[in-house]
Amino acid sequence: MSPQTIEFIQQLINGLSQGAIYALIALGYTMVFGVLRFINFAHGDLYMIGGFAGWMLFAAPENEAKTGMWASLSRSFAAIPPGMPKVLLALALAMMFCAALGMLIEWLCYRPLRQRPRITVLITAIGVSLFLESFGQYIWGAAPKSFPTLIEDPAITIPETWGSISTLTVLTSQVIIFCTTLGLLALLTFIVLKTKIGMAMRALAFNQTACALMGVNVNLIIAFTFGLGSALAGAAGILTSIQQPSIDPLMGILPGLKAFVAAVLGGIGNLAGAVLGAFLLGVVETMVIGYVSPTYKDAVAFGVLIFILLLRPAGLLGKNVREKV
Amino acid sequence: MRILPILKHALCSLPLFLTATAAFAQNEIIVGEFASLTGGSASFGQSSHKGTQLAIDELNAAGGVLGRKFKLITEDDQSLAGQPATIVRKLITQDKAIAILGEVASSKSLEAAPICQQNNIPMISPASTNPKVTEVGNYVFRICFIDPFQGTVMSKFALGKGYKKVALLTDVKQDYSVGLSEFFVKHFTANGGAIVKDQKFSTGDKDFKAQLTSIKTTKPDAIFVPGYYGEVALIAKQARQLGIKVPLLGGDGWVGDSLLKVAGNSLDGCFFSSHFSAEDKTPAVQDFVKKYQAKYGQAPDDMGALGYDSAMILADAIKRAGGTDGAKLRDAIAATKDYKAITGVITIDEKRNASKSAVIMAIENAGFKFLETVAP
Repeated sequence: MSPQTIEFIQQLINGLSQGAIYALIALGYTMVFGVLRFINFAHGDLYMIGGFAGWMLFAAPENEAKTGMWASLSRSFAAIPPGMPKVLLALALAMMFCAALGMLIEWLCYRPLRQRPRITVLITAIGVSLFLESFGQYIWGAAPKSFPTLIEDPAITIPETWGSISTLTVLTSQVIIFCTTLGLLALLTFIVLKTKIGMAMRALAFNQTACALMGVNVNLIIAFTFGLGSALAGAAGILTSIQQPSIDPLMGILPGLKAFVAAVLGGIGNLAGAVLGAFLLGVVETMVIGYVSPTYKDAVAFGVLIFILLLRPAGLLGKNVREKV
Repeated sequence: MRILPILKHALCSLPLFLTATAAFAQNEIIVGEFASLTGGSASFGQSSHKGTQLAIDELNAAGGVLGRKFKLITEDDQSLAGQPATIVRKLITQDKAIAILGEVASSKSLEAAPICQQNNIPMISPASTNPKVTEVGNYVFRICFIDPFQGTVMSKFALGKGYKKVALLTDVKQDYSVGLSEFFVKHFTANGGAIVKDQKFSTGDKDFKAQLTSIKTTKPDAIFVPGYYGEVALIAKQARQLGIKVPLLGGDGWVGDSLLKVAGNSLDGCFFSSHFSAEDKTPAVQDFVKKYQAKYGQAPDDMGALGYDSAMILADAIKRAGGTDGAKLRDAIAATKDYKAITGVITIDEKRNASKSAVIMAIENAGFKFLETVAP
């Protein structure tokens, strides 16, 4: 294969791995929207909190000066040798923490406003987002923190016998992120389509009042949806930090926005659509950086969004719901 | 209307309040500082502020200048575009600052400079190296070298190392980075070097694999990355992951304590130009390092030293001007000659830039190492 082809394939891999990160965040976005018709703008910041939860638990060197239970807990976590179990432990803890936080936010900020006009809740979400960003800067400081090594991240060696393809670079973390994204997509689809709670979620999306009349515990289902969505954001925070080990309290803003675009691109409310939109966005962005100019990456990415929405207003996989007049 | 009497009351007490602040201002010399204490380039702002504060405390401990003590009012611009203009206007009109110190990032200084110029308030930037900063007007100064010098220093260094093919990776959102690349290219290509790839990124990016992949195919001898520490650390890490082993070269934007924490050993064998090294054995430098260490429990970096120098040069100028009148103070700062500062001997030239030396630092075993001093 010619070097140009190799470069193209490499850029495609880069794009897919970038897209997988957007996809993880977009899944949570789209799920909360699907059930509640509400864009949770604080979602990107929960992703940041996920990263910091991992840092608080596993970055013992930075906590060395401190004593007490927290420091000793963190030290024992940090002592775990890097590897897959450590990644899974970090994922589980960060997801639990983010789920709890997401439910707390829902209980404190969104539930009291549920009967108010939708714009009130939307503005509140922006407020929550700003609060989390400022709070993060207040307690952790604004300077970027170095994320601990959860797993050694070597390039996967491709055998020389495969010819020129062997010059391609695929990182372990890229494979992990890619597989986790597809795995979570399958799991979520299963929950939404095959379980009882999933049925309640879908029913809720149709008509909240009717649901309540039919004996569905609306508060519980909404809290569950938030918890699940926030857990996904937390997972994304950990997985991204493995690949880009620099975290700061404002790291959620841009990926949050991109993931939102990806969700809209794929058809907001549609799980597979969010993943498809995210991969598309990641690949387009990377190709523009690699072959045109990084200056235009956002312009082209958002141009694609406008173009697709002009052709398919409901997004790539979105259903075109006609409203009765 | 209940509100009218309250309003009237407020208006009546306003002049009283104003005279009170004016009387207060005569006793103390109010110096305004704007810095990125939080946000993406917080490391710069934190360090320069620590240096500035150290200088002010030292001056006050010695009784101030002209029998008056200093009062430093610091505002945070959160590393955000648009903020410097707002807070510098506040420092000048509300706090009545007689001079403005700041910022490290050229883009931020460029926002504040026109406001200082309009109000005839001298501004001294400790570390903005883009030439455009002081071109704003005759009230804007800097005490660091400028990008043409820094770019040329790195180009000379690269040529001296025998690098013939260099790729660029520029941060298009920072005037600093664009300027540095421009002058590097000018000198490098004029002296027989070739730029094999010109790639770009934006502040805040975290994934650089696309740019690095396209750089890798051109097989350069080195990559010039005149970015800020946050992005540079990730670029280095990802370059090594993609199997790019050539050294990265950069400028003073690399200086920040999180650079090596994030990059680990990925930057070993790389070089950058800067203002100051704590390893410098000059007694004045070592004395400064000791004082800084005692106060903050950490060694000063370049921005700390420059922040210190900026306040000291301002104090020196106030002493020579015999007061804090804007025009007189401006003339005194412009007349600064052979001032022995921590970051070198500073003379302000007719373009209000400092002519002084640069240092080249190497990175070995995830630590900075002083390599050489380059005279202007």
